[in-house]
Amino acid sequence: MSSGTAAVGGRDLPAWLAVTPRRVGIAGIALGAAAFWLALPPLLTRTVIWPIIVAVLALAAGAFAIRAGERRVGWGAVASGLVGIVGAVWATQWSSTSDLEEVFVWSALLAATLRFATPLTFAAIGGMFSERSGVTNIALEGKMLAGAFFGIWGADRYGSWEAGLGIAMLAGGLLALLHAFFAIHLRADQIVGGTAINFLALGLTGYLFIDQYGSEGTGANISQIPDVHLPGLEDVYFIGPSIGQLNLLIWLSFALLIASYLVMFRMPLGLRIRSVGEHPRAADTVGISVYGIRYFAVTLSGVLAALGGAYLSIGLVHSFNEGMTKGRGFIALAAVIFGNWRPFGAFGAALLFGFSSALALRLGPAYGTNYGTLFQALPYLLTLIAVAGVIGRSIPPAAIGRPYRKQ
Amino acid sequence: MSTGPPVAAGAPAPGGPGAVPSVARRLALYQRAGGIVTPLLTAMFAFMMGGVVVLATGHNPIATYRAIFKGTGLTWFGEFAEWLFRLATFQSHVFPGDTDAALNLQQTLIVMTPLMLTGLAVAFAFRCGLFNIGAQGQYLVGQMAAVGFGTLWAGLGGTLHLFLAVTLAALAGALWGGIAGFLKATVGAHEVITTIMLNWIAIWVAAYLVGLGGPMQDPSQAFFPISSTIHEAAKLPVFWGDAELQGLHVGLFIAFAMLVVYWTTLNRTTLGYEVRAVGFNPEAARYGGISVRRNYFLAMAISGFFAGLAGALDILGWQFHIAQADIEASTIGFIGIAVALLGRNTAVGVFFASLVFAGLYVGTSTRQLDPSVFDPELASNLTLIIQGLVVLFVGADLLILYVWSARRKLPWVRGKAAQA
Repeated sequence: MSSGTAAVGGRDLPAWLAVTPRRVGIAGIALGAAAFWLALPPLLTRTVIWPIIVAVLALAAGAFAIRAGERRVGWGAVASGLVGIVGAVWATQWSSTSDLEEVFVWSALLAATLRFATPLTFAAIGGMFSERSGVTNIALEGKMLAGAFFGIWGADRYGSWEAGLGIAMLAGGLLALLHAFFAIHLRADQIVGGTAINFLALGLTGYLFIDQYGSEGTGANISQIPDVHLPGLEDVYFIGPSIGQLNLLIWLSFALLIASYLVMFRMPLGLRIRSVGEHPRAADTVGISVYGIRYFAVTLSGVLAALGGAYLSIGLVHSFNEGMTKGRGFIALAAVIFGNWRPFGAFGAALLFGFSSALALRLGPAYGTNYGTLFQALPYLLTLIAVAGVIGRSIPPAAIGRPYRKQ
Repeated sequence: MSTGPPVAAGAPAPGGPGAVPSVARRLALYQRAGGIVTPLLTAMFAFMMGGVVVLATGHNPIATYRAIFKGTGLTWFGEFAEWLFRLATFQSHVFPGDTDAALNLQQTLIVMTPLMLTGLAVAFAFRCGLFNIGAQGQYLVGQMAAVGFGTLWAGLGGTLHLFLAVTLAALAGALWGGIAGFLKATVGAHEVITTIMLNWIAIWVAAYLVGLGGPMQDPSQAFFPISSTIHEAAKLPVFWGDAELQGLHVGLFIAFAMLVVYWTTLNRTTLGYEVRAVGFNPEAARYGGISVRRNYFLAMAISGFFAGLAGALDILGWQFHIAQADIEASTIGFIGIAVALLGRNTAVGVFFASLVFAGLYVGTSTRQLDPSVFDPELASNLTLIIQGLVVLFVGADLLILYVWSARRKLPWVRGKAAQA
């Protein structure tokens, strides 16, 4: 990370306004998006010239950032500029304004993005804790699925969504504890163990689902996590339809995001988690319990992933079906990596992935469902590119995946 | 691309910091810890735990397992033995070729064919110290390529068409696996992450290809998301059972041949030696002059070849087309992980493990399992639970070692060890 000291022509400005290459790069990313945006509602430019001018500015900003050493952000700006050009050409030349107006309802898109991003955010933050402590977490999928099933089962059985959330967290925590026991005490290969947890969760939830509900599925009158109505804002332009009525758990995910940032980077506990993940031997030497921290982090990952899963079943979809997470746990893992093992990075990635899901859904009616299907591959492709290091390397915690042996 | 790029100074070592502990080293541990005994114990334990789940939800585990076993058709070997006995003793004999058990066994062997191959796909990468979670994606790419080439070239002769379709589909799988190997070799991207991503890319792109209006969708069924059906000439011949009723195709023998290829490649070729050396210790292998990067790439590509072949044989042998719904529902590649782990990444082990899982898979299917004994939908989830437990316990070598060393402390075992 650049420290922001390399000011370019920013001598007379206060530090937070200084023009650093990193900020130029970020501005480039924004410009690239803006280029595309010009061609979309509400502006709906029908000429391609203005978007291209803005996109070229984005490319220039990216090139500047890359030359100044900010490769990750710089390449991001270049990619954003290219997407801007392609998108603007597509929107102005090949799409009708009515189709565009049908798809790009920004308030609805934002609301849908948040809805799709929230399960990912919960699981990704959980995964971040676990991975930061040095335990690879490909079991997020299974933990989410357990949360999804036990959330709806608890809400059904005890008649309240609070009980559902509680039972989901308990189930996710227990499953994670099993994962932790094999990964930490038995020093099993963490990836093999995680795969096993995913199979187990898939089998157990499927089995219990059929056993409890049979082929009719979960009933219609199960207690749901309520939406939060913002009084007075519901009729305000844009704000009303986008965030005026969001699920309680979406707001909770914002709180969790800030809390996890504070814990991870501003509190002793976070320092311990990070040191255990970077150099367990050193952490052990100064008296930090490596096993204790790792158990805590992995269990927390299960609890949070289960919350995300419970949101899916009793907050978003209002029912459960076998394997309903459909790879969302893996997208959450991708968000952790894409976000460079940081809370806001992971959240940003979750938003991006959520946006692509929301867009895929809205593309369907206007351009044919099948393009929406193809669009679903995007998060995975982006992550593959990120892992391959084209847009700067993602650097995992040093001791990730390696069991620690006490001496 | 066959040889790795020149080693850049200061490039991250693929086996260096951040690498998962060598899987092959763990493997060596298993071999010491009792050879065939541990996988047997693991499997038995997993089945027992599955039985506990069945019991806990108020069903009879023994009756359930008996019904599943009947569904696998493995009882046919009893009929076969009886036929042999009658033949040898000059009694009246009819070959039990189309009994119920025979029909069930055909289904088990049809599923065993791809499982053997995806098992080999995971196992080969394991031997190089790589965890190939991507067998599912490589299998799917093989399937899609087989559909593509199987619906192409209408006038081509049977054998040539078949040969081309099988080979090209397997190579497509090799390409898909090779991407992960290439990324591992060049930028050190962890193969687990890349193969997971490649799996889902394959799934969504395939779903698009056969989806409504997609380029591979059957034009004669405009409202079904399903691919066109392959040409008759591209279908694998059926050698046991009725070709109209999903009989057993000759792909089984191709899979058997691949078991031999796997064993020979690993144990009798330079490539296999290098792959195993890298799997045991990448640093030592590099020191010994072996290109670690080249072997990472080749191991993943060969893995992908096996998995792609599995997909090809399934399409050309009995599926003939692929529906969008099947794409996400398929778990053949994932079961391959359990097959490889239970089979200890050996050819013989993969053979038996694939038989076990194929039996479970078929025995719990809606088609085979008697619903009056146990709901097949429950049973197929039971399969997943057992699979998960197998993988969980196989991964826990310490547990196995602990049990094994505890066994050594038993008086009768200790006495025997003292004699030896």
